[in-house]
Amino acid sequence: MSADIKSSTQARPPFFERHAAKLGVALPVVTLAATLGLWEFYIYASGTPAYKLPAPSDIVKATISGWSILFSSLLVTLRIALLGLLSAVIGGVVIAILFTRSRWIEMCFSPYAVILQVTPLIAIAPLLNIYFGFEATIYLSAFIVGFFPVLSNTLTGLRSTDRGLVNLFALYGASPLEILFRLQLPSALPYFLSGVRIAGGLSLIGAIAAELVSGAAGEGTGLAFRITESGYRGNIPRMFAAVLLICLCGILIYAVTSLVSWLLLRRWHESALRQDA
Amino acid sequence: MNQAVLSAALAEAMPSPAPLVSLRDVSKSFDNGTVALEALSLDVFEGEFLSLIGPSGCGKSTALRLLAGLSQVSGGSIDWRDPARGERGRDIGFVFQEPTLMPWASVEANAALPLKLLHLPAGEIRLRVEQALALVGLHNFRSAYPRELSGGMKMRVSIARALVTRPKLLLMDEPFAALDEITRFRLNDDLARLQSELGCTVVFVTHSVYESVYLSSRIVIMAARPGRIVHAIDIIAPLPREEAFRRDPLYGAVCAEASRALHDAMGSADHL
Ligand SMILES: Nc1ncnc2c1ncn2[C@@H]1O[C@H](COP(=O)(O)OP(=O)(O)OP(=O)(O)O)[C@@H](O)[C@H]1O
Ligand SMILES: [Mg+2]
Repeated sequence: MSADIKSSTQARPPFFERHAAKLGVALPVVTLAATLGLWEFYIYASGTPAYKLPAPSDIVKATISGWSILFSSLLVTLRIALLGLLSAVIGGVVIAILFTRSRWIEMCFSPYAVILQVTPLIAIAPLLNIYFGFEATIYLSAFIVGFFPVLSNTLTGLRSTDRGLVNLFALYGASPLEILFRLQLPSALPYFLSGVRIAGGLSLIGAIAAELVSGAAGEGTGLAFRITESGYRGNIPRMFAAVLLICLCGILIYAVTSLVSWLLLRRWHESALRQDA
Repeated sequence: MNQAVLSAALAEAMPSPAPLVSLRDVSKSFDNGTVALEALSLDVFEGEFLSLIGPSGCGKSTALRLLAGLSQVSGGSIDWRDPARGERGRDIGFVFQEPTLMPWASVEANAALPLKLLHLPAGEIRLRVEQALALVGLHNFRSAYPRELSGGMKMRVSIARALVTRPKLLLMDEPFAALDEITRFRLNDDLARLQSELGCTVVFVTHSVYESVYLSSRIVIMAARPGRIVHAIDIIAPLPREEAFRRDPLYGAVCAEASRALHDAMGSADHL
């Protein structure tokens, strides 16, 4: 009898399981479309003016009409955020390697890494602004918030090398550099990549937050400034448009870092394997 | 049993060559006070297949690690016949209890690791890895990743990796412990064949009396607390043996003797 039940469930797995992949895409899209539709309809039906709450179509229109301004600001923000992320990645990995090389270095400097992490960026950005100026502040902020996740994840990765493999390398007389490059760094890769994924999002947030706080204006400003500026001018649809672009940027960074991570790990690491692949 | 005794007498009568390596009164204690080995003396002769059996915790793995230079003796000495072979384990292959493969590297790259660490030219490495993988029957899986292999296949990669350097001495720590009986028998046969083909010396740790009797030219039984040798049996049947050996009266007799010795060794240990 139990065999009967088993074969019947095998023949017809539950609806959700059979269509999991398609539903994973379809459901969020439907939800989003429904929300936007309701929003649009509510604005239309209630006659709410765009300067109070713009309809989705107003936001799209504002994005298109303000494209040249918004796009150049987008590039500014994105460039600084990515530069910060890149420095955070390089800095985090180098410091993590130094920490594993020497207990002394770690004891001397690890408190500062923690201080960097726990101090709210919003609190130090105005100070940085005074000493380093507007552009450097944004860059430093993107760097500071991205640095810690990379450092701590890479450190965990470097320390979780398999004891057996360490013995094996010792057996064949591997040099410290060979152990680093052939054993420790590959072992740390999955941890490092998940640190980079977190840091990617944070760097964008850091760049935007620093720009908002430092209150920069004028030429070569990023999306955060466009939000403040549009707010002063009462151009609410453009505020939304800027937020939309920031959001898309974040998604883009997440997608790229996830893709890189998947490409590097898909052959061997559990996190990148599909079930039953 | 009589034959085993006779073989021991014969071995004594023959002029014995200098051992490949000898442990002289070796003791090993750890920082936490555990005495893993005490006054252990053991000669390993060229070309022999030596098995260590004994209760859990009697220091079998510790003895292998000392031989491999992965750990240092607390007392006594380890003397190599050829002192120039140095501290680097160039001439030693070690198969750990776990496959211990690099998950990010293909079968081929895993097997090539020792040669890369010894900085051999790339062409030479490719050739030797190919040979080693063919020996363990994995040449068709050279570009697979460890996670795509079964437990037995991973173990064979680990064996191939230990063989690529063509070591004089092969140390194996319960290499087949985690495998089912069929796979284990097959790998036993593979190993016996490999050893006689390559002419290397093997020191083999196992919990299975039957496995050790089937494979070995000599069995050493150890007891725990402190780790020491309590009994040794020479098995004169020539290597490699085949399935028929499992029905040989000698096989039965040695199994019985080894089991009894092992049982006594277990009894002498305090029960945990
Ligand atoms: N690194 C270590 N630190 C402290 N004690 C250790 C260490 N390694 C082993 N020991 C102790 O040394 C003794 C011998 O250990 P060993 O691993 O050699 O035993 P074994 O004979 O291989 O046992 P098993 O058959 O269970 O693998 C044990 O009592 C163990 O607790
Ligand atoms: Mg052991």
